[in-house]
Amino acid sequence: MSLTAVLIVVLAAVLIGAFGIRVSRTTSDFYVASRTVSPLWNASAIGGEYLSAASFLGVAGLILSFGADMLWLPVGWTGGYLVLLVLVSAPLRRSGAYTLPDFAEARLESMTVRRTASGLVVLIGWLYLMPQFQSAGLVLREITGAPPWAGGLLVAVVVAVNVLSGGMRSITFVQAFQYWLKLTALAVPLVFLLMAWKADGAPAISPQDAAAWQAPLGGGREYGLYSTYSLILATFLGTMGLPHVLVRFYTNPDGRAARRTTLVVLTLLGAFYLLPALYGWLGRLYVPDLARTDAVVLTLPGRMVGGTLGDLLTALVTAGAFAAFLSTSSGLTVSVAGVLAQDLLRGGVRSFRIATVLAVVVPLTLALWARELPVADVVGLAFAVAASSFCPLLVLGIWWRRLSTTGALAGLFVGGGLACAAVLVTIVGGPHEGLANALLAQPAAWTVPIAFTVMITVSFVTPHRVPAGVARTMVRLHTPEDLNLDRGDWRPRSS
Amino acid sequence: MTADPPRRGDQSGRGEQSRRGDAPAGPRRGEGPRWVDLPRRADQARRAEQARRVAVTSPRTAAARRPRYPATREIDEQTHLGEVYMRSLLRTQFRLAMFVCTVLGCVVGGLPLLFLLIPRLREADLLGVPLPWAVLGGLIYPAFVAGAWLYVRQAERNERHFADLVERR
Repeated sequence: MSLTAVLIVVLAAVLIGAFGIRVSRTTSDFYVASRTVSPLWNASAIGGEYLSAASFLGVAGLILSFGADMLWLPVGWTGGYLVLLVLVSAPLRRSGAYTLPDFAEARLESMTVRRTASGLVVLIGWLYLMPQFQSAGLVLREITGAPPWAGGLLVAVVVAVNVLSGGMRSITFVQAFQYWLKLTALAVPLVFLLMAWKADGAPAISPQDAAAWQAPLGGGREYGLYSTYSLILATFLGTMGLPHVLVRFYTNPDGRAARRTTLVVLTLLGAFYLLPALYGWLGRLYVPDLARTDAVVLTLPGRMVGGTLGDLLTALVTAGAFAAFLSTSSGLTVSVAGVLAQDLLRGGVRSFRIATVLAVVVPLTLALWARELPVADVVGLAFAVAASSFCPLLVLGIWWRRLSTTGALAGLFVGGGLACAAVLVTIVGGPHEGLANALLAQPAAWTVPIAFTVMITVSFVTPHRVPAGVARTMVRLHTPEDLNLDRGDWRPRSS
Repeated sequence: MTADPPRRGDQSGRGEQSRRGDAPAGPRRGEGPRWVDLPRRADQARRAEQARRVAVTSPRTAAARRPRYPATREIDEQTHLGEVYMRSLLRTQFRLAMFVCTVLGCVVGGLPLLFLLIPRLREADLLGVPLPWAVLGGLIYPAFVAGAWLYVRQAERNERHFADLVERR
């Protein structure tokens, strides 16, 4: 039954991809269509694209393994939007940038910065795609016993076909629908699970778990305090640097709408993230011995409810999981392929096709070859890289006139480079010992301050490299659109 | 330095309008509606009286009414005054953003410290739910939304003030 559910979701995605081509093709169509999209729809679309395998499966799994400290993960993934709202959302929409490299070019008037930003977008995208494919393999193995590479390959092929046929990109309503599907797929089974728990006499967690697992800093992981703070920093500051989220802000008609949309996104994410914690808690109670904890959401309905109802609920959860893989992977693939084709290849339709294949094949290879880490941990690493490269670029670029081209470049290279190095060592090198492990697995606490410091210091040293049009750009970024002002004539390349 | 003289009158200080010949269209106190056919001489006399009223204004008023650029043009031409307007907008919005970030930092950064320093809190109960779970798994989300809502309200208010400032002359 679960297999049928997966097939339905996959088929629906392919069909929508195939028939969606004619809905809207170019960026400007997308832009025009956007004026009819209300903040609620837009926010649902952002939520649909944002809630990945890590949110749907990974959070509950990590909570099951490591307890209360992991509650910070969904808190950070939601709170990141609050930081994004106050520091970035309206100015970013007003910049007219369609991608992060667009913003870098508009603000710093330099193609070198643009290309560096492009490289980072691609790296972050790959790092984010890899665990999506890994978890697809896990889910498919869980329901059919297929080898672990099969699920990843299935999702990769569906996404590649979809993106190549031109669909998925601009269909806001499909992404919006994905959010509500994921919410339902997690909320409905939870109601039955809680009923089963109540019927079971509402057992409490064992006293030993209550003292350690259920309490924060209870020793689930070494260097708990450092890891907690590093996690908070990475998630709160990394959200603004995710390539597939930014594109959606362009769908807002103006800066004010961008703010309101972000407010709705916060509400929707807050509602969603109430659920995984409960799954983690129930998992600790009923399946504490699970080998691969990412599967806890899929296992619980079968174990606790059982029978036909249990099968139905498992099918629903599995469908939600596949919706999560497909929507996030599609959004990411489009972003990565667009940037690859435009900035690193020659541009044009042929380049976009090559780029799409590259965008999918590299993370798929990584997924098969790299060490199996919990999905939410790998996604956390992508956040750390975003927080130590794009966060300083965006925050300083928007609020500080004296940011120089050289400063931005230096910050991107040092911050992004250090974070990437830590990530590579963690993914490829395997578990390290003691403090080194904590520092490498959660690098944000040291890479983010370094990135900011480098960007600011180098900018102070190179005042002659401050872009000439910075005053005009500031007018563009910060003044409300209804004022009749000269905002310069920069247009994003991608449109 | 050529401000458009014809528009000078229609937006300057409201208190002075009644003294000016080219001002308001509506009926005034003690006067009939405009379509009443007044004798021509009376009309002329009234105009003359109005002209005299203009002459009475103090020289300082004329100085204050010196032609000025609209603030939007100051910003477009990147004059010093335009820069001042822009900096004031940026500073207001940045202060607001920093205020929200500071509060967020204190709450989010303070919670792990609180749990570290007061171990009793780690196992405390709130209505039967462990306190850390109630806060991190539930209560913090509505708090985020409330903070975001207050921010959006204030940020839009700041922008309205800025628009009023630069569109007034």
